[in-house]
Amino acid sequence: MSTVSSPVRGTVSRATATPAPAPPRRGPGRGLRVTPWLFLVAPLGLLVLFTYVPVANMVWYSFTSWDGMAPVKEPVGLDNYVRIFTDPDMFTVFLVSLYYLAGAFLQLALALYFATILSFNTRFRNLFKGIIFFPYLINGVAIGLVFLFFLRPGGTLDAVLGLVGVTAPPQWLGNPDLVNVSLAGTSVWRYMGLNFVLFLGAIQSIPNELYEAADLDGATSWQKFRYIIAPGIKQVIGLTTILAISGSLAVFEIPWIMTGGANGSTTFVIQTVQQAFEFKKFGLASAMAVVLLLIVLLVTWIQRRIIPDEKVDLT
Amino acid sequence: MTVTQRPDAQHPGTSPEAPARPAPGPVEGVVLRVRHVLRGLRPLLGPVATTVKYASILIACAVAIIPLVTVFMASFKTKEEFATTDPLTPPENWLNLDNFVAAFTEGGMLRGFLNTTVILVVALVGTILIGTMTAYAVDRFDFRGRRLVMGAFLLATLVPAVTTQVATFQVVNGLGLFNTRWAAIVLFMGTDIISIYIFLQFMRGISRSLDEAAMLDGANRLTIYARIIFPLLRPAVATVVIVKGIAIYNEYYIPFLYMPSRDLGVVSTSLFRFMGPFGAQWEIISAGAVLVIVPTLVAFLLLQRQIYSGLTSGATK
Repeated sequence: MSTVSSPVRGTVSRATATPAPAPPRRGPGRGLRVTPWLFLVAPLGLLVLFTYVPVANMVWYSFTSWDGMAPVKEPVGLDNYVRIFTDPDMFTVFLVSLYYLAGAFLQLALALYFATILSFNTRFRNLFKGIIFFPYLINGVAIGLVFLFFLRPGGTLDAVLGLVGVTAPPQWLGNPDLVNVSLAGTSVWRYMGLNFVLFLGAIQSIPNELYEAADLDGATSWQKFRYIIAPGIKQVIGLTTILAISGSLAVFEIPWIMTGGANGSTTFVIQTVQQAFEFKKFGLASAMAVVLLLIVLLVTWIQRRIIPDEKVDLT
Repeated sequence: MTVTQRPDAQHPGTSPEAPARPAPGPVEGVVLRVRHVLRGLRPLLGPVATTVKYASILIACAVAIIPLVTVFMASFKTKEEFATTDPLTPPENWLNLDNFVAAFTEGGMLRGFLNTTVILVVALVGTILIGTMTAYAVDRFDFRGRRLVMGAFLLATLVPAVTTQVATFQVVNGLGLFNTRWAAIVLFMGTDIISIYIFLQFMRGISRSLDEAAMLDGANRLTIYARIIFPLLRPAVATVVIVKGIAIYNEYYIPFLYMPSRDLGVVSTSLFRFMGPFGAQWEIISAGAVLVIVPTLVAFLLLQRQIYSGLTSGATK
C-alpha cells in the first residue's frame, strides 16, 4: 500500500535530484521547510477538528453523565458502559442488527450470483447491469418513501401478490415480527447494486486467456466459477464482507425514515441519536458511539489479519 | 494442461496425474457416475441453464424496477384516481403535473434544490482544493512528519462518521455553525478522506520530471501545484466530482442533524418533511420522490462509465 511504496519513491527522487546542475539553494527538499506544511494547514486543521477532536471528546463524554448543555460534566466511571450491556432496552438493539447482517449476506450472495452470470456471454449485458445497479445511486429518503408506498397495506407489494392469488397479505411494516425483515429487505434492494458492480469489475479484470484455456479443457460454468472466478475475486469478497458487517451495525437511514424506530425496529444508531438529541443523555450516547467504533475497528482489524494486502496471482 | 478425454477423469485444472489415481472407492464411484450422467445431459442442460439465467436476470430487473415504476405512475394520478385505482394501474392522464407543482411549491422542493446546489458547489470546490493540496504535499515533498501525516489520514478512514456525530455536534455548535449551510459544507469538506486517496493515487502516476523541469525554470511550489499538477489531475477531479456529488446530493444525516431550520432544507430533508403535512397524500409524496430521483437518473445515463469506475476506485480505495 501507499505507506510501503512511498519511502522507496522518495529515495529515488532524492538520488536523481542530487546530480542536478543547480546546487540546492534552500535546503534538502529544495524549498522552504515550511512549504509542505503550508499546503497541509487547512486539510490537517479540518481533519483534527472534525475527526480527532470529536473522537477524543466522545471518549471523555462517555465517562460522564453530561446532558449536552451543563457547564459541568460529572464523571460517572463505567456506569454508561455497564448500562449498555445490562439494560435489556439497550442491548436488544444489537439483535436488530442480526436481521441486517443476514440481509447483508443474502445481498453478497445475490450480487455474486448476478455478477458471475453477467460476466459470461449475456445479451443486453449493459442494460441489465444498469438496472440492477441504479437503486444504489438513489437518494435514501426517496428510497424510504418508495418502499413505504411499496409495503403499505394495499400498496404495490400487496397488489403484486394479489395477482398471484394471495388475498390476505400481512402488515409488512405494522407487524413487529415482520418489520425488521421488510426493512432489511429494503436495505438489500438499496445496496446490492454496489456489491454487484464491484464483483463484476473484479471478475472482468481476470485475464481472458484463463477462460479460454478452461473452455478448451471443457470446463463447466460451475468449474469456471469455482477454480477461476472465486480465487480471482477473493480479495473483493473479503473487503465487501467486512463493509457489510460494519454497515449492518451502523444502519440508520432506512429504518429512521420508514418507521422512525417504531415496532421494535430501532437500530443501534437510531438509539444513539435518540439518547443524545431527544433525551439529552450525551454521556450514554457517547458510550454507545464508542462501543460501535470499537466494534468497527475490531472487524477492520480482523479483516486486515485474514486478508493480506497483496494481489492474488492467478497465472 | 492436457485435455482429458476419459469420461471418469477429474474436471480439468486439477492435476495432470489424475489418470494415475487408484481405482475409485464406492462414494467416489457414485460421484463419477453422476458426473458422467450430467455430462451426457449437457446438450439438454445448456438450454435449461440459459433459461434459468435469463429468468433470474429478468426477475432481478423486475424487482429493481417495479417499486420505482409504481411510484412514478402514482405521481401522475389525481387524488380521486389514486384512491380508487390499483398501484399497478397506469394513470389516466400522463400529463397531469398538479402533484409536481404542489411538491415544488407547497412541499418546498424548490428551496431544497437551491440549498443542495449551493452546498454541493461550495463543498465540491473545497474538497478538490483540500484533496489536491494534501496529495501534492504528501507525494511531492520529503519532510519530517510525512509518515505521521499519512498515518493520521489513514487512521481517520477507519472512523465511521456516523459514530462520532454525538461529539462532532458539540464542535460544530461551538464554532457557531449550527443551523447554517456552513455546517454541512465544512463537514463534507473536512471528513472526506476517500477523495484524498483518489488524488494521491492519481498523482503517483504523474512524472516527477515535470516538477523538476519547472523548478529549473525557476517556478515555485505554488506555481507548480497550480499550473502543472492541478491541470494534470483533471481526470481525478472529474471522478471526485461525480462520486462526491452523488454522495452530497443523497446525504440525509448531516443536514438532518445540523440544519433543522425549514429554510435550510436540502433535497433529502425537504422530501423527508413531506411525510408530515401530506400524510396520506401519496400522489404528492410520490411526485416529490420522482423529482428527487430524476436528476440522479439523468446523471447516471449521461455518466455511466465514470460512475462505475469512480465508485469502484472509491469503495476499494
